[in-house]
Amino acid sequence: MNTNLNISHSHEVKSPRRLMLEIKDLRKSFGKNHVLNGFHLALYKGENLVIMGKSGSGKSVMIKCLVGLLQADSGSIKIMDQEINTLNQSDLDTLRTEIGFLFQGSALYDSMTVRENLEFPLRRHKSKMDADTSISELVNNALEDVGLLHTIDLMPAELSGGMKRRVALARTLILKPKIILYDEPTSGLDPITSKEIIELMRRIQGQYKTSSLIITHDIDCARVVSERILLLVDGINYVEGTFAELSTSKDPQVKAFFK
Amino acid sequence: MSESGGIKSFFVEIGELSLFATRFFKELFSRPFETKELLNQCFNIGYRSLLLVSVTGFIIGLVLTMQTRPTLEDFGAESWMPSMVSLSIIREIGPVIIALTFAGRIASGIGAELGSMRVTEQIDAMEVSGTNPFKFLVVTRILAATLMLPLLVLLGDAIALFGSYIVENLKGDVSFVLYFNKVFDALSFSDILPATIKTFFFGFAIALVGCFKGYNCEKGTVGVGAAANAAVVYSSMLLFVIDFVAVFVTDIFFEL
Repeated sequence: MNTNLNISHSHEVKSPRRLMLEIKDLRKSFGKNHVLNGFHLALYKGENLVIMGKSGSGKSVMIKCLVGLLQADSGSIKIMDQEINTLNQSDLDTLRTEIGFLFQGSALYDSMTVRENLEFPLRRHKSKMDADTSISELVNNALEDVGLLHTIDLMPAELSGGMKRRVALARTLILKPKIILYDEPTSGLDPITSKEIIELMRRIQGQYKTSSLIITHDIDCARVVSERILLLVDGINYVEGTFAELSTSKDPQVKAFFK
Repeated sequence: MSESGGIKSFFVEIGELSLFATRFFKELFSRPFETKELLNQCFNIGYRSLLLVSVTGFIIGLVLTMQTRPTLEDFGAESWMPSMVSLSIIREIGPVIIALTFAGRIASGIGAELGSMRVTEQIDAMEVSGTNPFKFLVVTRILAATLMLPLLVLLGDAIALFGSYIVENLKGDVSFVLYFNKVFDALSFSDILPATIKTFFFGFAIALVGCFKGYNCEKGTVGVGAAANAAVVYSSMLLFVIDFVAVFVTDIFFEL
C-alpha cells in the first residue's frame, strides 16, 4: 500500500462531529473472489464522503453490506451506534428508514406512477410523518424539491434518465433520512443533467442536513460535493484526503483517477 | 454439465424451492398483512384471466363433444354424451387444461415481472426502504393464485359444459334442461370435491414456481427471459405430478 501520501485511514480520523456510520475491518468474499479485504470507513454528521475505485474494487458490495442487502463475512458495521449484524429484521427495517439509498439505475417501481412510488415508503412508515402533514402534501413537497411536480401522474417509463434519477432522489428524501447513500448518481447521464443532479445533491445536503456517502467515478461530482475522498483498491482503503490533496498526488494509482 | 452435476443441481433446486415454500408459510401468518396488494393481485391474476379461461373452457367443451360424438353414435350411446363429457371435464380435462393455460399466463408473467424487478434493483430498493419484498411481492401473488384458480376452473368447467350443450343441441336436438339434468345426475360429490381441492394446489404450485424463478433471477435481461421460460416449463411439469398424486389419493378415499 502506498504510504507516501497524505493518507489518513477513515477509522483514524478525529472529529468532534457525531459519528453516523462506522465500518471496521469489513471482509466479503464470493467463493475464491475476495472483494473486501478489511475495509474501514467513518462518516460524520453532515459530511459528504466520496468513495472512488475501479470497477470491481468492491464499492457496490460495500454499500450493499451497509444496508444489509449482503451479509459481510466478518467485520463491524455501525450505523448511528447500532451494530447492524446484531439487529433483528424489524429493528433493521426501522433503521433502514433513516438511510436513503439512491440506486445507480434509479430503481423506480415501474408498475406504479411517480406519485405511488413516493407514497410507497410513506404508507409503510407512517410514524415518520408529522401528524399534521398529509401523504399527498409530503409527496408534492418532495417532488417540488427536485423540480418535477408536473410528473406526478406519469409512469417511470415516461421519464428521461435524469428525471428518473431526480424522482428516485425525491423518493429517497421523503422519509427524511439522516444518511444518504448514492451509488453512481451521475452514471449514464449527459454532462448537463449530471451537473443538475450534482447541484441537487448539494442543495439537498444543505436543506436536509444529511450525511452522504457517494460512490462515483465522476471527477466533477467528486470535486463539487466531496469533503473527503476515499480511494478503494482491491477491497481495502488505499488513500484518503481532500479533492485538492488527491488531485495533486504523484501516486500513479491516484493520478490515474484524477488526470 | 455432466449428468451427475445436472442431477445434483436438480436436487439443489428442489431444496431451494422447498425453502422458498417454507418461507412463504412463515411470512403468510406474520404481520403486517398486505391486504390491499393481495386484492390488487386477485384482480390481476383472477379477473384478468377471465377471458382466457372462458374461451379455453368453451372450446374444450365444444371440441370434446364434437370429437366424441361419432364414436358414441356408432354404439347408439349418444344419450351417454352429457354424463361422459361432464365427468371428463369436471374430473380431469377442465382443471388440467385451464391450469395449464393459467400457468402460461401467470407463471411466465410473475417470473418476468419479478425477474425484471430483481435485475433493475427494484426489489433491493423495496428492501432498503424498510418493506419486506417477499411479503409484498411473493406472498400476495402466491395467495392470490391459490385462491383464484379454483374459481376460474369452476367457471371454465361451467362454460365447457355449455359449449358441449351447444353441440348436443345442434346435432342431437337435446334441450338445455334435459342436457343439464343428465349432467348433474352423472356427477357426484366425489367428482367435484377432489377436482376442486387439487386446483388449490395447482394455483399454489404455478405461482410458487413463477415467484421462485423471478425472485431469484440473475444474469440481467437474459436471466429474465430464462426465468419466465423456466417458470412455465417447471410449473407445467409440476401440475402433472400434482395431478397424478391427486388422482392417486382420490382413488384411495373415493374408489374411482
